[in-house]
Amino acid sequence: MLGRRFSRRVISATNLGKRFGAKRIFDRLELRLGRGDFLLVTGPNGSGKTTLLRVLAGLDAPSRGELSLPDRATIGYLGHEPLVYRELTPLENLRLFASLYAIGEREQRIGVLLERFDLWRVRDERVSTFSRGMRQRLGLCRVVLHDPKLLILDEPFNALDEAGATLLDATLGEFAASSAIVVATHDPERVEALATTRMALR
Amino acid sequence: MRYASAVVALARKDLLLELRAKETVPAMLLFVLAALTVFHFAVPTGTSQTAALGLLWVAIIFTALLGLTRAFVPEREQGLLDALLLAPCDRSAIWLAKAFSVFAFLVIAELLALPAFSLFFAGVGWATVAAALLADIGISAVGTLVGAMAVAGRARELLLPLLFLPLAIPIVVGGVGASSGTHGHYLAFLVLYDAVFCLLSWAAFEYVVSET
Repeated sequence: MLGRRFSRRVISATNLGKRFGAKRIFDRLELRLGRGDFLLVTGPNGSGKTTLLRVLAGLDAPSRGELSLPDRATIGYLGHEPLVYRELTPLENLRLFASLYAIGEREQRIGVLLERFDLWRVRDERVSTFSRGMRQRLGLCRVVLHDPKLLILDEPFNALDEAGATLLDATLGEFAASSAIVVATHDPERVEALATTRMALR
Repeated sequence: MRYASAVVALARKDLLLELRAKETVPAMLLFVLAALTVFHFAVPTGTSQTAALGLLWVAIIFTALLGLTRAFVPEREQGLLDALLLAPCDRSAIWLAKAFSVFAFLVIAELLALPAFSLFFAGVGWATVAAALLADIGISAVGTLVGAMAVAGRARELLLPLLFLPLAIPIVVGGVGASSGTHGHYLAFLVLYDAVFCLLSWAAFEYVVSET
């Protein structure tokens, strides 16, 4: 059984399993995460980290077990791709997602995030002209735009330079108190101090 | 209100993407023009008006198919369908917005196709124009739904025509009938097709894109 805080529960998984055909990705997983919990998922390539995160985000269905997740409106998910439109600008991307999440005072919120992730200066440039690291920063802006209570990040430090990684450290530190966070990474030392629960997949 | 706002934001995004990338509409325009030109030289002089109208509808359906293959490309290539599915808006808003953009691209293609048909074959009447607009609604509704089905599959390039073309047969029947025969009955048939398939597609989209 993983996870400590049962009050203010965000994720509850019982006997959770996922298979692709005959291949078992993970099985009999028990997990309870509440606000303030930080689950660090590690494991080699192909161990099922991404699949687990997609299941916990509600994007893939588990093959067995019970899974209780919060409302979609409160989940922030960053996959291997930053999930932003390359032919749109950062402002256009964030305005689109702000509309979908019905965020109030959206221009102010978007401005604050773009400033914070050092993208304000390129707010009107197409994302296709950005480096991978800049796209990742924009992906992080999208993820935290609606102030999620469940943050699921798959290799979030990928492509980030040291300044970007430091910004992400600070953001995770801020969300750690009020949200449940699930991070899969090959660089566990980076978030070891924040982790309250660890899961090693094989 | 929130639903309408999501539809407007998503449709605006699709139109903006096409305006920037210019990938779908120019291809549709070139295809429909090329198809009608080929038909012009392929069929013998003196071909009946009904046969010529049949060729117009074949060109429209295959032009639509070309547009539909591109409809979910940004979402597929960049994994963006995940981000849209996680948004708290009703998932049918994604279908409605995408269907609207497909409809807009089809109308633009027909703005070239109908005058080109008049030039190569014979003039088109108001009934053909009305039938084309009604057909565009049905094509957009059904095509967007099967486009979303195909995008999740591995053999998507094969899956889309295999799913779409059988469903488009009633549109061809209604279109050719409205253009050449008893307008009222066939136009009513197209209205009925639109109503049924818009409702079915709107209701089914959630299940098509959801695994959970």
